[in-house]
Amino acid sequence: MSEAAVRLGRPGWSIRRALGVVVLLAALAAVPGFANNYYLEVLSEAWFYVLLCLGLNIVVGFAGLLDLGYAAFFAVGAYTAGIVTLRLGLSFWLSLPISVVAASIAGVIIGGPTLRLRSDYLAIVTLGFGEMVRISVRNLAVTGGASGLVGIERPTLFGYHLDSIGAYYYVFLLLAVLGVVASHRLENSRIGRAWKYVRSDEDAARAMGINHAMVKLAAYILGAIFAAIGGCFYAAKMTAISPETFTFNQSLLILLGVVLGGRGKIPGVILGALVIVIFPELFRDVGSMRMLVFAISLLLIMLFRPAGIWPEKWR
Amino acid sequence: MDALLEVSGLSLSFGGLKVLNGLDLAVGKGAIASLIGPNGAGKTSVFNCLTGFYRPSSGSIRLAGQRINGLAPHRITRLGMARTFQNLRLFRELSAIENVMAGRHCRTRAGALDAILETPRHRREERAIRAQAERWLAFVGIPEVSEQMAGTLPYGHQRRVEWARALATEPSLLLLDEPGAGLNSAEKAELVGLVRRVRDELDVSVLLIEHDMGLVMQVSEHITVLDYGRKIAEGDAAAVQSDPRVIEAYLGREEDAL
Ligand SMILES: Nc1ncnc2c1ncn2[C@@H]1O[C@H](COP(=O)(O)OP(=O)(O)OP(=O)(O)O)[C@@H](O)[C@H]1O
Ligand SMILES: [Mg+2]
Repeated sequence: MSEAAVRLGRPGWSIRRALGVVVLLAALAAVPGFANNYYLEVLSEAWFYVLLCLGLNIVVGFAGLLDLGYAAFFAVGAYTAGIVTLRLGLSFWLSLPISVVAASIAGVIIGGPTLRLRSDYLAIVTLGFGEMVRISVRNLAVTGGASGLVGIERPTLFGYHLDSIGAYYYVFLLLAVLGVVASHRLENSRIGRAWKYVRSDEDAARAMGINHAMVKLAAYILGAIFAAIGGCFYAAKMTAISPETFTFNQSLLILLGVVLGGRGKIPGVILGALVIVIFPELFRDVGSMRMLVFAISLLLIMLFRPAGIWPEKWR
Repeated sequence: MDALLEVSGLSLSFGGLKVLNGLDLAVGKGAIASLIGPNGAGKTSVFNCLTGFYRPSSGSIRLAGQRINGLAPHRITRLGMARTFQNLRLFRELSAIENVMAGRHCRTRAGALDAILETPRHRREERAIRAQAERWLAFVGIPEVSEQMAGTLPYGHQRRVEWARALATEPSLLLLDEPGAGLNSAEKAELVGLVRRVRDELDVSVLLIEHDMGLVMQVSEHITVLDYGRKIAEGDAAAVQSDPRVIEAYLGREEDAL
C-alpha cells in the first residue's frame, strides 16, 4: 500500500497528534482545580454548544441539508429528562435511551417530508417544525406550559451526586469529547461518505446505488440524537426548563456556530461553537452594545472568510 | 442468444413531446452493444429510463428476466446495472479513490452504530472497500491518482474515475453514455481495449452510446440506431452502415443544420 493510503487508513493519527490531544485533555480536565465558578459556567456552556454544533454539523455540514429548527431536538431531550424524572418519577438515566428514541422519531418527522424539498422550502419546513415543537410544549400540561418544568432532580453517578458546576463542567466536557469522536468516526465511514456523495451530486450518488432518502434521514436522526442527549444533561444542570430556551434564535445561534467555524470540518465547528459562547462574554463590559459588537464581528468574519474560519476543503 | 436486458415497447413523453416511441431493445449476456443516433434522438433518455431516473409512460424493462421499471435508481444499481453520465458527474471535491468507494456502498452494510463503535466488522469492511477501490483504479489504468481531488484531474482521467466508480458496483450490465467524448485518439484506442477487457475479464455486458462511428464500428457486435425516439435499424456494423434509413437520418439531419 502507498504511504498516502496508510496515512488515510486512520486519518491523521500521528504520535505527535495523539500526544497533543492527551495534553490538551489533561489541561482541560485540570481547569476546575483553579478556575472560579464564572469561568466554569462559561466553559460548560461552551462544551455544551460544541456538542450541539457537532450534531447540527452532521445535517448541515456532512449532508449539506438545511435545518433552521434544530433547537427542537434539544428541547426533545430536555423535556424528556424533565418528564421522566418529574412526571414519571423515574431515574434521570432512563431519560437518555428514551430521549434517543424520541429524537429519532422527531428526526423522522422532520426529515421525512423535507427529503423531497429544495433548500428554500427546507428552510421554511424546518423553521416551522422548530416553532411547532416550542408552541406545543408551551401549551401542553405535561410540559408545564409557559412556565416550563421546575425542580428537575439532579442525577447521581456511581454514588456521586452531580450537583456542582464543577461536575457539569466534566459532564459537558465528556459529552463534547464523545461528540468529537463520534463525528470523526461517522465522517470517515460508509454512511459519512454517503452524506458527502449526496451533498456533492445527488443523482450520481443514486446511480451508485445509494438510497438518498435514507441517507438524509440518517443525518437528521443522528443530528437529533446529539442534541437530545445534550438536552437531557442541560435539564439536569439547570433543574428548570422553559419553552423560551428553544426559540428560533437558539436554532440560529447553533447554525451560526456551524457556519461560522466552517461546516463539515470538525475543528472548525468546535471553534465556531466556542466563538458563539465566548465572544458575547468577552464583550460583557461593552454592556448593551455587546450584541452589536458581536454581530459586527460575525459580519466581518463572514465577509473575509465566507467558508468559515477553518473550513473544509470543499466549496 | 440469452438476453440480459430486454426492453419492449418503451415510450416516454415530456408534456406533449414524445421522446421515445415504442422502442424494443435487447442486449445479450456477454455482448458489447451500441446505441447510436443523431443528436436529440433520445439515447440518453433510454439510459435514464433503464436506470430509473425517468419513468417511462409505457413499456417494460427486464434485467436478467426481472422486471425493473418503476424501481428507484439505487435499487436498479443493486440489481446489477451501472452507468456513466454523458456530462461527467464526479464528486468533484472528493478524492479519486473516494469517488470509486461510492460504488462499493451498495455492496456493503456497515451502519452508523458500527461506525461510532468502530466494530471489527466495520473496520474489516472499510479496509475491503478501500482495497477494492484501489483495484478498480488500477483496472482503469490510473492507480497513481487515488488521493487527488477528482475535479482537478485531467479530463481523460476523470472519465476513467467514472468508469472505475461504475465498475465498483459490480454490475452485470454497464451503460456508458458517450465514453469517447472529449478523448484524443490514443485515449479512444485505450477505451476500446478497456471495453473489451470489461467484457472478457469481468464478464460484464456493455451497452454504449457513442457518436464516434469509428469507435462504434470497432467495438460493438450489435448496433441499434435511434431517430426521433424510434428504432430505425439494427444489426452489425456492416448492416447498419449500408442501411438507407440510417444514412438518411444522419445526412438529413446534417442538411437541417446547414
Ligand atoms: N428531462 C427532460 N425534460 C424535457 N425534455 C427532455 C428531457 N430529457 C430529454 N428531453 C428531450 O428529449 C429529447 C431526447 O434527448 P436525449 O438527451 O435523450 O437525446 P440524445 O440522443 O442523448 O442526444 P445527444 O446525442 O445530444 O446526447 C430531446 O429533444 C430533449 O430535449
Ligand atoms: Mg445524450
